[in-house]
Amino acid sequence: MLEVNDIHVSYGRLRALKGVSLSVREGEIVCLIGPNGAGKSTTLAAIAGGVAPHRGSIALAGAPLAGLRPEQIAKLGVSLVPEGRHVFGTLTVAENLRVATYMRKDRAAIAGDYDRVLSLFPRLRERIGSPGNRLSGGEQQMLVIARALLTRPRLLLVDEPSLGLAPKIVDQVYEILLAARQSDGLTLLINEQSSHRILKHADRIYVIRSGHIQLHDTAANLRDGEAIKRAYFGFGEDAAAADATDDAEEDAA
Amino acid sequence: MIGLLQNLVDAANLGSLYALAALGVGLLFGILRLVNFAHGDFISIGAYALIVPSFEVTAQLFIGTWNWSLMIPTVMLIVVIVALISDALVFQPLRRASAPTLMIASFAVSYVIQNGILMIYGARPKAANLWSGLDKPILLGELRVPLLQVITIVVTLALMAALTLFLKRTRYGVMMRAAAEDFRMAQYLGVNGNFVIGLAFAISGILATAVSLLYLSQTGTLSPTMGVPLALFAFVAVVIGGMGSLLGAVVGGFLVGFVVIMLQAYLPEELRVFRDAFAFTFVILILLVRPTGIVRTRAFIERV
Repeated sequence: MLEVNDIHVSYGRLRALKGVSLSVREGEIVCLIGPNGAGKSTTLAAIAGGVAPHRGSIALAGAPLAGLRPEQIAKLGVSLVPEGRHVFGTLTVAENLRVATYMRKDRAAIAGDYDRVLSLFPRLRERIGSPGNRLSGGEQQMLVIARALLTRPRLLLVDEPSLGLAPKIVDQVYEILLAARQSDGLTLLINEQSSHRILKHADRIYVIRSGHIQLHDTAANLRDGEAIKRAYFGFGEDAAAADATDDAEEDAA
Repeated sequence: MIGLLQNLVDAANLGSLYALAALGVGLLFGILRLVNFAHGDFISIGAYALIVPSFEVTAQLFIGTWNWSLMIPTVMLIVVIVALISDALVFQPLRRASAPTLMIASFAVSYVIQNGILMIYGARPKAANLWSGLDKPILLGELRVPLLQVITIVVTLALMAALTLFLKRTRYGVMMRAAAEDFRMAQYLGVNGNFVIGLAFAISGILATAVSLLYLSQTGTLSPTMGVPLALFAFVAVVIGGMGSLLGAVVGGFLVGFVVIMLQAYLPEELRVFRDAFAFTFVILILLVRPTGIVRTRAFIERV
């Protein structure tokens, strides 16, 4: 359903993505793992329309997304849960959730979805009137996921859901993502820094490092973790070769 | 005692005008990170829209002669259209530009509007009598309060209440607050960025119109740069109130009005010409004590 083909993204002189390609099929859980600064967040932001690639293409169900604004991409059924949570701090939990429903045309279904999402996150129901900035880190993470689900996405992009959370809360977050996948028929593309949790849940895994995809395989094939480690830290021959071409390109630029 | 009360009423009156202007500036800053120097010129347009275009010194009212229930919406419509056009032509192409770039662009809009007024209406200040029946004083014991001042204060409070209700209770208001906090995140959730910005320009235009009408009816004078000092004090109000906070803009507006009137009233006569210098010294003092403004907001914290 999602085809990312050779995208390049730069922030000023910094080249964040140097030709990233990946694909996600309907109903899959795909995980993008890599160290800090590898380009994971940029990849998700590019898919959601937050940054514009200067080369390459992104297509959703065959339709190109180039030139669309983030809100237009959201209306096509792509929802991004960005890193760092981005709760609207002065808005109440209820208002945070409502913002996500304003673009929807199926008014009748909204009330039901709202109830369903709150029953997934009973903690949010208790805090429904509190401003977002009063929530704990875990509650905020739940709020942004609940909010994203209320846009009724087909493809949910989740950027580092475990960042800064206690392991127990992270388990909860994954449980809920998997439950939502079952009930809503979601397709998931998840960024993580570490692979141990994701190897259990993902169908396929991409390893990204310094703006390149270093490795791509099914989770089953990568289960022992050795190949991932090599790609992640750049010990593999492929990765070293990629680094060499990188340096050459940088020198040329 | 009566003197002090009289001054307090004057301060509330001037503070109301500054607070309304500051709300218009603060709203756009909150959503767009735009420091809109053209806001004063939106105010000027609201006043000039009332009269017949000519180079005459005495302005002849045209829309200004209409019944208020028709006149106010018409003037508002004109100012809102100008605000929306400046967004579409100037600020929309600059959506990904930095805040300083936006501010400089707003200077350009300001000059274009001022020179447009100059070409159509001439450079000389004009006298215009709007709602001349309303300058009758109301007597409260020994206190004489001009009816216009009461109207100004009441209208300001009513507009602030209406804006608060709009922002808290309506879907578009919630959208605007979300966008003001985190514009990109709001877009990721499907909030139409251009629509919200257009809405902010429109509301800013409505607030500017209220200032135009109230200010003109009090001063009776039009000039191509009439809105500039109002906008200047509005910026000061926004800055000392706390950039990005609407409550701060209102508090700042009333505070600046209060300081200006008190200086006017109690400075020794020979120092009174330097009133604004004293007022700005006071502003510097506030910023030394509270560099982030009176009401703290995320917009500022993020920048540090």
